[in-house]
This record gives sequence, C-alpha cells and structure tokens, in this order.
Amino acid sequence: MNGAADPAGGPPPQVFASVGSMFAFDRFVRAVDDWAAAHPDVPVLVQIGSGEYVPRAAAFVRMMPPGLYQQRIREARLFVAHAGMGSIIAAIQAGKPLLMMPRRLDLGEHTTDHQFATLAKFGGREGLHSAMDEAALHAAIDALLADTGAPPAPIAPFAGPELIGRVRAFIHGSDQG
Amino acid sequence: MAARPIRVLAIASGGGHWVQLLRLRPAWDGCDVAYATVHADSAADVPGARFFSFRDASRKNKAAFAVVALQLLRIVTAVRPDVVVTTGSAPALLAILYGRLLGARTLWIDSIANSEVMSSSGLRARRIAHQTLTQWPELAADPVPRYWGAVL
Repeated sequence: MNGAADPAGGPPPQVFASVGSMFAFDRFVRAVDDWAAAHPDVPVLVQIGSGEYVPRAAAFVRMMPPGLYQQRIREARLFVAHAGMGSIIAAIQAGKPLLMMPRRLDLGEHTTDHQFATLAKFGGREGLHSAMDEAALHAAIDALLADTGAPPAPIAPFAGPELIGRVRAFIHGSDQG
Repeated sequence: MAARPIRVLAIASGGGHWVQLLRLRPAWDGCDVAYATVHADSAADVPGARFFSFRDASRKNKAAFAVVALQLLRIVTAVRPDVVVTTGSAPALLAILYGRLLGARTLWIDSIANSEVMSSSGLRARRIAHQTLTQWPELAADPVPRYWGAVL
C-alpha cells in the first residue's frame, strides 16, 4: 500500500498505528513508516495527528471519528501506538494485541515522562507489549506479526462497581470522601 | 417543587482522558448529564446526550489556553451543573474552578496514566475540587488524593 491518505478505501490495514489524539509524535510515525517501506506487502495505516512528518510508504490519516478508529483496531492484526491510556483501553476493549512506544519528555514529545511509568505498570500484561525505541519497535512488529500471542484479557465496558458506586454517591451528595 | 434530576457536567480532554470518563458513565445514570471534550466527533460516543466541545490546549500554549478558558466558562454557565466530574487534563481544572464558583460540587479523578506521581493539574485540583482522587492506591494520601478504585 502506498501513501494514500484515504483510510476508508483499500484493504483493511494489518497494522494500525496511532499517535493518539493529543500531540504529534513524528519519531513514532517515521519509525512505523520505515517499517512499512521495508514491508510493502503489508497494509499499514497510521493516524499521525498534527505531526509534520508525512508517511511515504504507509497510508495515513490525521484523525478519524471514534467509530472508525475502533473499527480499524478490530480489523488490524496488530495495533501499534504511543503508551497512552486511550490506546491501552481501546486495545483491551477490542481484544487486540498492542505494541507501545513511549513518548519522551526530552524530545518534546509530551509534557512529562509518565508514558515510561505507564509501560512499567501495563507493559507486561497479557497482549500489551512495549518497545522503548525505533529499533525495538521494528523488531517487535516483525515478531508480533509472526506470532501475535494472546490478546489482552477482556474487560467489562465500564469501571468496577466500587468506583462507580462511590462516584455515584458523591454525585448524590452522600459520599464526601 | 418536584425534584429535578441532578445536573452533571462530565468533562475531559481527548484521548485517554475521555476514554476514562466514558468508563464511568453508570455513575450518573438517572442524572441530567452534559458532556464536554475536545473532539466534536466524540459526540458519537454519547448518543442523545447534551454535548459540548472545546479547543485542545496544554498549559504550554498561553494564548490557546486563554481561548479555552473562555470556552469553558461558556459551557459551565450554559450547563449550570450541580456536580462537575472530570478525568483531566489541565483545561478541565478550569471547569472545576468555574463549577465551584457557581455552587457545584466538584470531583477530580486523576488519570490512571499518572501512576508514579499525580499530574501537575491533579496536584492543583487538591486545593480547588471538593474531592480529588488518584487511581493508584500507593499515591493515596490523607486528606487527598483519595483512592476509590480505578477505571481499569
């Protein structure tokens, strides 16, 4: 697949990659695009957000509506993203293996380095994989497409009853803390 | 006077903040809820509900943040919430502040992404919101932030 910017046409991507929806992440987009250039037989789609780097091999889109976004995750064999909670929750809810690369504060990719902490907490869970840099990302995409392993364990669509119950009590004025 | 439903403003920035807010929806079942977030497309996640969008801005960009501050003031005064609930990020802290000034009870739930330290906005929320929560028990403190559980 060549750099067509139309995510609605063509075969569903086998690899769907996303920078999330808040900040650009050009280092990640370039890494995924370099992988796509080396694997022209694998359809790759990247949501690049407001980034300046425009993929030359992978198909890309800046943003897409939530329904289509979730559909792309379900259709793909592998979901690749920054280490954001939106990506993690979307992958778990879709039952799709997720490969994450963290944003770095020193490169201006986020306001703090909390994505490293997120990987430390979630990176080892079933179906949630991490790659700390571009080279590791390339190796991990290869490995996961060869064997995606177990998907993330399914979860209920909503938070657990204890948290829901206490927020509900707060709303109704009967739980101040 | 017949009791009216509690008016809730459920507000979050984009990405994981919004996804976490959606996972809390049963908490305001039966309430008169209005949602606010940064992507207009996100209205599709909450069909039938009153919905507002505002510009995305981190505190890094002062001019954009000023625009967001005005947008949020409009939203809060339009909704006149009894309760404001948010999962962050920085702009939502303004909704907490405005809501509180207009008499709402306010709840800040720090993102589950903040697993080692509270977000800087969450630290500020401790002094502004009526209640501030962390989603990691090891970050809980007395009196705030409290730990009531996590969205995952």
